[in-house]
Amino acid sequence: MSITEILFWGLSFLALFSAIMVVASKSPVHSILFLIVVFFAISGHYILLNAQFLAIVNIIVYAGAIMVLFLFVVMLMNLNAESEPKKNRILQFAGLISGGCLFLVLISAIIKSVSANNLVQMGGGDYGLIKNLGIVLFKDYVIPFEISSVLFLSAIIGTVVIGKKAE
Amino acid sequence: MEIKWYIGLSVALFCTGIIGVLTRRNSIVVFMCIELMLNAVNLLLVAFSKMHAASALAQLTPAVVSDAQIFVFFIMVVAAAEVSVGLAIIIMLYRNTHSADINFLNRLNN
Repeated sequence: MSITEILFWGLSFLALFSAIMVVASKSPVHSILFLIVVFFAISGHYILLNAQFLAIVNIIVYAGAIMVLFLFVVMLMNLNAESEPKKNRILQFAGLISGGCLFLVLISAIIKSVSANNLVQMGGGDYGLIKNLGIVLFKDYVIPFEISSVLFLSAIIGTVVIGKKAE
Repeated sequence: MEIKWYIGLSVALFCTGIIGVLTRRNSIVVFMCIELMLNAVNLLLVAFSKMHAASALAQLTPAVVSDAQIFVFFIMVVAAAEVSVGLAIIIMLYRNTHSADINFLNRLNN
């Protein structure tokens, strides 16, 4: 087993365990902290795939900005495990069964359709470096890039309008 | 590494997110499960792009690999905008009902 495979399986188990703990933990703060662990594990996967720009952006945007926003909201709302609303047992069980059925269907449909010689290039290839991505982004995708600034502007305005106290 | 392990990991993360959306009532946890699903899809996009890189390297054809990573970048952009608006809605829900229960969202339509 090479070092890449050991890292792959370690990061996969870390991501899966933390994802299950996000769903299973009672307190929302614990869910947020486990979700940060998931994001770091996925960033590790990006580094294994030599997508370094995405790994750094994932850490900065998701684990840095978005999760801090979540933590601030939970702090403002004073939620804890006692005030946690719960669904009843039957609905929880039904959700678990339907999610598990979706998992089985997707796995059994996809595993048959991929052949074993579809290998993923681990490391190598400088496609994911900032230089190459920047050339593609500002040459082929410059219009979506500019439109995303309009999206952000509308998100800012929408957040201010929604969050304003209704008088 | 074979592509099927990446598919399996992404499908497992995605289904964990779906189970979270279906079984939890706290709106913040539901929102976090949506983020989890987005990240599972991102991981699969990057893995497929690197699979194309490997097959293009084997057949000595030029590869278009950076496009998938640009897509992932734009998914992150949209997710950041979506989170800011969604959390504002959750704050408004809490201000009106003093609870983050997702079943009380219908009380916002006054």
